[in-house]
Amino acid sequence: MAVYTIAFFAHAIEVAFSVRNNADNDQTKFDFSRTERSGRIGSAMMTLAFTLLFAGVIFRGLSAHRVPWGNMYEFSITGALAFSGAYLFALKKYKLRWLGLPVSIAVLLTLGTAVTLLYRPSAPLVPALKSTWLAIHVSAAIVSGGVFLLANAVAATYLILDRIEEKGPRPAWALRLPSLEVLDQLSYRLVAFVFPLWTFAVIAGAIWAESAWGRYWGWDPKETWAFITWVAYAAYLHARVTIGWRGRRAAWLCLFAGSTFLFNYVYVNIWGTGRHTYSGL
Amino acid sequence: MSITPELGAVGFLRWIWRQLTSMRIALILLLLLGVAAIPGSIFPQRSQNPMKVQEFFTNNPQLARWLDRVKIFDVYSSPWFSAIYLLLFISLVGCVLPRTLEHLKAIGAKPPLTPKFLDRMEFHNDLDQNPSSLDVAEKWLKKNHFRVRREANSISAEKGYLRETGNLLFHLSLLLILVAVGVGSLYGSKGEAILNVGERFINTPTSYDNITFGKFQREGSLIPFSLNITNFVATYDPATNAPTDYKLTVQSANPIGSKPITRIIKVNSPLTFASTKIYLQANGYSPVVTVKDKSGKVVFSGPVAFLPQDGNLTSVGAIKVPDMKPQIGFVATFLPTADRSAASGAFSSYPEVLDPRLLLSVWAGNLGLDSGVPQSVYRINTSKMTRIGLKALTLNQSYDFGEGSITFDGWKSWVNLQIVDDPGKMYALAGGLLAVLGLLISLFTRQRRIWVKISDRVEVAGLAKNGVPGLKEEVEALVKVLKG
Repeated sequence: MAVYTIAFFAHAIEVAFSVRNNADNDQTKFDFSRTERSGRIGSAMMTLAFTLLFAGVIFRGLSAHRVPWGNMYEFSITGALAFSGAYLFALKKYKLRWLGLPVSIAVLLTLGTAVTLLYRPSAPLVPALKSTWLAIHVSAAIVSGGVFLLANAVAATYLILDRIEEKGPRPAWALRLPSLEVLDQLSYRLVAFVFPLWTFAVIAGAIWAESAWGRYWGWDPKETWAFITWVAYAAYLHARVTIGWRGRRAAWLCLFAGSTFLFNYVYVNIWGTGRHTYSGL
Repeated sequence: MSITPELGAVGFLRWIWRQLTSMRIALILLLLLGVAAIPGSIFPQRSQNPMKVQEFFTNNPQLARWLDRVKIFDVYSSPWFSAIYLLLFISLVGCVLPRTLEHLKAIGAKPPLTPKFLDRMEFHNDLDQNPSSLDVAEKWLKKNHFRVRREANSISAEKGYLRETGNLLFHLSLLLILVAVGVGSLYGSKGEAILNVGERFINTPTSYDNITFGKFQREGSLIPFSLNITNFVATYDPATNAPTDYKLTVQSANPIGSKPITRIIKVNSPLTFASTKIYLQANGYSPVVTVKDKSGKVVFSGPVAFLPQDGNLTSVGAIKVPDMKPQIGFVATFLPTADRSAASGAFSSYPEVLDPRLLLSVWAGNLGLDSGVPQSVYRINTSKMTRIGLKALTLNQSYDFGEGSITFDGWKSWVNLQIVDDPGKMYALAGGLLAVLGLLISLFTRQRRIWVKISDRVEVAGLAKNGVPGLKEEVEALVKVLKG
């Protein structure tokens, strides 16, 4: 419990830093003379926040003596971690700092919800969750989710910029954003990169279900929606690679696929029935 | 005259086939499959929760009948859902098989000829004339594992054939999974049995509370094993009352009569006999009671399994004594750790048995067991009965209800074992793993071509499938080598 308090402070500090990060990025919109510096501060804060949140998740695990993926509070903080991790990774490879603002807002909202609404004291796992597959299945699903959501953010940005460019030249704040083609390619890359991991997460889930519930697939609501997400992203990849969809249509399909993932996470966890509902949330 | 319609029919079939194997239709089917899966997650399904379906029927009989007609309660075995995935897999076969043959041919073949106009390709470079360019280029390309086709004054090189291999492997694996699912449902069996600690289970169809066989599975093909339920221990977290561990100890003998071996079954570690697995699915309490008639003769004695209602194992059940006149039924609640509150009356405050209580309401009359309508073992239809008594019993206490007496002797734990034989499982697993492998190979292999051509100058150019990155650097490296 004491260890958990430290973790909670880590979250609090993390949240505070993210807020500063927001402010910094807001300035980049209006004050181009300070762009470079505040942007870099934002990225540094994001990295620091990521490290602290990482420590927070680790402490949560230590305080519960298990992997910290037993309820929705823990999924959410780990999901936020994966999401910002995916952003930081992409930041290294591509010039993505413009995404810092929406990413940090999304992480803040997730953490806020987690700390206020979803918080549960750390507790041992129910017998069904006591398996090595918990670590494998859940971590694969959470990382996939983080990257899917990032791809969604990129696709959404594409659609917004596309709408703006239709009307005329980009306004000042959007000048620094990459071209539409780059955004289009980027969301595809992210999905193509993480689709095998998602496939693996589903299969790992099936293997676990086989040893815990006596069947590897049973159309439990969570399984059904995981399948729908898988099918939607498979359709997206085929549409791009084989038929050659680009741009607006591909972005919409990407958003649709991503929303099935979110729906699965929010709806099935909170209002759903079936075997994926565990103690509390 | 007579040939035309025949040709028409063949032509029509060919047209259907071409449509079905087109990517556009496959994509539509794929999305349709996703959409078709949705109702199964919204409406209760018979295969998962028949009780919920029953409930839906009681609450909305009119709507339920209509929904049932379109198989909304059996989505995943419905004709329309099957139609979508079967069409999709036919489309997949029609697409993947020709491509597999083509790919097998391509593996042995040389890269395609150098195109005439290299300046239309990506990363086109013009270099000064140098007669040894082709030799240098060939050496470099071979060193970098390109497949090289050398012509008189040009080289065509290709790399990344594995991409298509992975792609095909992925799709063929999906077919394997479908076949495995089919094998599992046609040749498997799945059943459940509720057993009290101390009881013996023999693996024959009659020992099960319910069992379903695959279409081609014969009833006699069950593996001949027996289990003695020797012990069951559930541990709980005292802070949250949540269970932390279930441990079932059995003496198993396979075949029946052989020397028994002590085995442990836990939630995540079933007991395995070949393709048959025995899972610990649920548990609860069976109060042990003795019922005597007016003369003091024992008319019923033994444990009766009760159904847990909450996390603290407040359990409800029914004790039916049809051999008394009039017939007697006890509608009962078992509290492992009895507690009281003004709001909800008697309830259980902890899932372990610390202070057990058996709450009874005694009914006399006709139990309706001979009506032919199947009854729940946990409930009594009291429509033709009258209540003659009400009592809360502590351990070893007796209650005289006029027509006889009942004694609360103790309790036993029961476990619900699920026994599943799925011979397709290993194929499905293999299919799944191969699918991931295929995906990784195809999504991380970059397929690209590089050409070198000499005329009055030296031209270098390349082409990357799907515009994958990295080709530019490769072409630049080759140009650097050629420049010396």
